[in-house]
Amino acid sequence: MEGLQTVGSGLLTLGLVAVAVALSLYQRLDLEKDIGVAVVRSFVQLAAIGYVIDYVFGLESLGAVVLLLAGMVVFAAWTSARRAKGVPRSFYAAAGAIGVAAVATLGILLLLQIVPPTARYLIPLGGMVIGNSMNTASLTLTRLSDDVAEQRPKVEAALALGATSRQAVSPILRTALQHALIPLIDATKTTGIIFLPGAMVGMIIAGADPLEAVRLQIVVLYMLLGSVSIAAILVGLLSYRSFFTARHQLRPAPLE
Amino acid sequence: MKGVDAEMPGGAITAVVGPSGAGKSTLLRAINRLVEPTAGEIYLDGEPTSRMDPLKLRRRVGMVFQLPALFGATVEEATLYGARLAEREADAGRLLEMAGLEASFLGRAPQALSVGEQQRLSIARALALEPQALLMDEPTSALDEAARRRVEGLIRELNASLGLTIVVVSHHLDQVARIADRVVVLAGGRSGGEWGREEFFSGPGEAARRHISGRS
Repeated sequence: MEGLQTVGSGLLTLGLVAVAVALSLYQRLDLEKDIGVAVVRSFVQLAAIGYVIDYVFGLESLGAVVLLLAGMVVFAAWTSARRAKGVPRSFYAAAGAIGVAAVATLGILLLLQIVPPTARYLIPLGGMVIGNSMNTASLTLTRLSDDVAEQRPKVEAALALGATSRQAVSPILRTALQHALIPLIDATKTTGIIFLPGAMVGMIIAGADPLEAVRLQIVVLYMLLGSVSIAAILVGLLSYRSFFTARHQLRPAPLE
Repeated sequence: MKGVDAEMPGGAITAVVGPSGAGKSTLLRAINRLVEPTAGEIYLDGEPTSRMDPLKLRRRVGMVFQLPALFGATVEEATLYGARLAEREADAGRLLEMAGLEASFLGRAPQALSVGEQQRLSIARALALEPQALLMDEPTSALDEAARRRVEGLIRELNASLGLTIVVVSHHLDQVARIADRVVVLAGGRSGGEWGREEFFSGPGEAARRHISGRS
């Protein structure tokens, strides 16, 4: 405990990063710039969110919590849409999907009184839901747009046989969703065997009872599995239409 | 495309020819509204297609592409794809036989068939909707000579036995000579004239024909 609370521990762990950078330079792996950016960004962002959360805790206002979470959703949707440039209006699809996933999951946790309606629970749990939903939305969107571009003849063949846009795109949509959800489903299946999840590790290190840590982790896992699946399915359903016209015509491929 | 005016009579085989980029595929896709004409009108049996439901139109006018894009794990599923979407009864075995394939193929994987057989399967799949017309976009360009001849024979046979109206885009004038009753010429997205087969290959259409064979 004591070691973790000193400023020195941050510098010591930075030493490990320095080893990685040295290796990258020595082997000419070209990773040092990305690692450097990640180190600086994560430090600035974590410090900033620390102050923001501290401030919101002090306000003791649910409105401020909702505002903070809404800001996170917008930033997540923007990040996701930037990844999926081939999908028209992907920001709105991503924002809708991530927003609904966050509201639905946190809403259920609150309704069933699994967590109390306080900033201490809602902000970290909301952040996990939004962050994981963002990753899955990005994966779904990029896979969907790549596969639609690659399989235009198949999509047109289905349309020519009287399939609706939805029917024509459904095999591609299915593959995109499966592809996007594999990482989380596999992580959930192997959890506890291959790796111990972050929340649980944090609680155990902070001195909590391991069984108590497991109880919270199970809540977190199910919450993530549910919210991320909702986000993936919604982003798929909201975005596939942008590839088609209302008359079930595949839009021309966007020019590079 | 601009200023295309062509007639494709019912019950006939009309070939659409012209140099690459002339708009042949686009014209074909405009007929079943896979693309929407920005101006102008296409009539099917005297009725403007712009007023039809695109899905119903596509069931009345089947389409066969350069490559057979087949759906389903078995030949039977692949044959009935469109019919099942339309909730229509169809006899897959009989459809295969109409396309010159054996009914014993039904349980096989479509990928196990040769490309020529797959292309005939895609014709059987279009026939399952009992279309009044069939649009074919270079249906033999991916096939070897023997498979090409079989598909050409099948096109003539379906036209003769079912009275099926067929519009086929072709790059090969020798193929046009073998199968088409009429020829519509496109050049640079415009009409380049239309002829009966005899006219096209002998009399007045000769200049257009020379123009095309010089370019393709």
